[in-house]
Amino acid sequence: MSDFILGAVAYDAKVVTIWDGFRAWFAERGLSFDYVLYTSYERQVDAHLRGDVHVAWNSPLAWIQVERLAKKHGRTAQAIAMRDTDRDLTSVILVRADSPVKSIADLRGKRIGVGAADSPQATLIPLLALSDAGVEPGRDVEVQRHDVLLGKHGDHIGGERDAVKALLAGKVDAACLIDGNRLAFAREGLLAPNATRVLHQTGLYDHCNMTVLDGGPPETQRFRELLLGMSYDDPQVRPLLDLEGLKAWLPGRTKGYALLERAVERFHTLDPWLAVR
Amino acid sequence: MTTVDLGDLGFDEGGHLLVARALASAAEVRVVGTAPTLAVDLPAWCRAKGHACAGNVVTRGPHDRRVGAERAGQIDAPSERAPKTWGLAARGALVEAGVPVLDLALVNKRELWADDAARLYAQAAAAQWDPQTAIPWDAPVTHPPEVEDAVVQVMTYLIENETAALLVPTRFLSKLHPHFREVMQLLAIQAADEARHIEVFTRRARLRRNELGLSTVGGQASLATLFDEPDFAIASFLLSVLGEGSFLSLLAFIRDHAPDACTRAVARLAGQDEARHVAFGLAHLGQHLEQEPSLREKLAAAVERRHAALANTAGLNAEVFDALVLLAAGSWEPQALRQGHAAVVSLVADMDAGRRQRLQRLGFTSDDAAALSSLHTRNFM
Repeated sequence: MSDFILGAVAYDAKVVTIWDGFRAWFAERGLSFDYVLYTSYERQVDAHLRGDVHVAWNSPLAWIQVERLAKKHGRTAQAIAMRDTDRDLTSVILVRADSPVKSIADLRGKRIGVGAADSPQATLIPLLALSDAGVEPGRDVEVQRHDVLLGKHGDHIGGERDAVKALLAGKVDAACLIDGNRLAFAREGLLAPNATRVLHQTGLYDHCNMTVLDGGPPETQRFRELLLGMSYDDPQVRPLLDLEGLKAWLPGRTKGYALLERAVERFHTLDPWLAVR
Repeated sequence: MTTVDLGDLGFDEGGHLLVARALASAAEVRVVGTAPTLAVDLPAWCRAKGHACAGNVVTRGPHDRRVGAERAGQIDAPSERAPKTWGLAARGALVEAGVPVLDLALVNKRELWADDAARLYAQAAAAQWDPQTAIPWDAPVTHPPEVEDAVVQVMTYLIENETAALLVPTRFLSKLHPHFREVMQLLAIQAADEARHIEVFTRRARLRRNELGLSTVGGQASLATLFDEPDFAIASFLLSVLGEGSFLSLLAFIRDHAPDACTRAVARLAGQDEARHVAFGLAHLGQHLEQEPSLREKLAAAVERRHAALANTAGLNAEVFDALVLLAAGSWEPQALRQGHAAVVSLVADMDAGRRQRLQRLGFTSDDAAALSSLHTRNFM
């Protein structure tokens, strides 16, 4: 197998356009590159451990999965690159503007709308904020999930949109979403100005990264160099960067996963999954 | 440092526009405002746009999709050659690098441009007429049934010829670089003209009849040669200058000799439109020939080639010729038929004279014009 192979999750048809485009761009620069798409991050993590792919384009939760699984098997995972837009995100918990809920504590006995069960940004990290404030999800507050494309770790925006719709329809008392989607839903006309209020903004966290195991094969360095060398000024890759939602690739870092690590611990999210691997 | 005060305007209400505007001229901008979500929205917006954000201070990112962009010529003056990389951009627009390259064959101004195109388009736009109100559909039809049959046969013939006149230029329109906007618009409105002609000729044919007349192999073979022509200049020459040019005489003939007001009106209005089509053909071919005199030989060769290709076909079908005689006669009276026949013979001579005159306008000698005109398809179009 001479190609350097990336694994990515097919959360949207555009994933094919993106990686076909990058594949051609890498080939022009002498890197024989290919990619494999998976239907879920869990399948991708398993494939990565098996050695089916050399690098995995991982969600933050998949990063934690692969890192823990690697450690369990005496291996090491490394985040080699990420998008500029993967750094320092926050999530927000919205309530309706006229809601009597003024603090997280006021959510006691209420219902909160979240994204997919495995969404770091729309479920795990916001629910951690509740838990940190002493309002235990499932016990003190009812959690209504919006499981759009489970296994995609919330990459699909639909779960957050459904949570916001539920909020506006009065079916839930609060809704969780990534900060940037508040503006996206405003542009769509879903969220009218001043119709909602930000009840809580979480701390900063990082999103996806390019993960390799045990340093990856020798081509890893070239792949990383090419990735970090992509320029928004290059008309060939600019549309692909726009599709993938970044202006520049940055070196990977792992300090931004602390909140999610805590959430995963708090809710035992990965315990059953990890136990059988 | 520049400060932008958004007041109570939120980012979900367009507040970002003020920040983007400030960043256009200042690398660092302090953003203040009272919108309750400003502290959430500003960093999120900056992240998506590639700007750095520290507190309420935004530092402009280095990423700009205008890097490498190219101006698609000048808005008022078409370029000699339009690069395909300009795509569908408006003439004079700033085109981002990397737009999809379209498969456009007509990219050279010399091949298609006419200084008169904008004027002819404006004239065409102003002269559009409504078939419903411009034609006296209820005008009396008092001529004999066989004369009505002749009118229907002529309409049948006109419809298929106008269909060719619509479809042939449209094939080139889809290959024309939109940089040559005025020509594109003119070809589009010509297509609309032909669509209207097809409508009114069909409607006239159906005034008293439920069936149309005969469509012949010879007539269609003649029109098919226009479809086969891949060169815009040659196709335009054969269709607009020679074909539609001949039709100016034909439509004037029907206008002057038709037995009812409705038929006279459809011919008159269609003739007005066709005159513009001929004018554009003459205008752009005239300019093309000025820059490329050797084109004249190619045009002449095309007429000869088409003549040879049609040598074994009947050309104008006898039904149409006879129908024109009967249409002009208006009755079965021998004297009327004599006059009708004479009128059609005169029409053929008129067409020939018109073609020779137009050929001479394009720089052909009198002898060459006469020779080429004589080789023109007997189908008229």
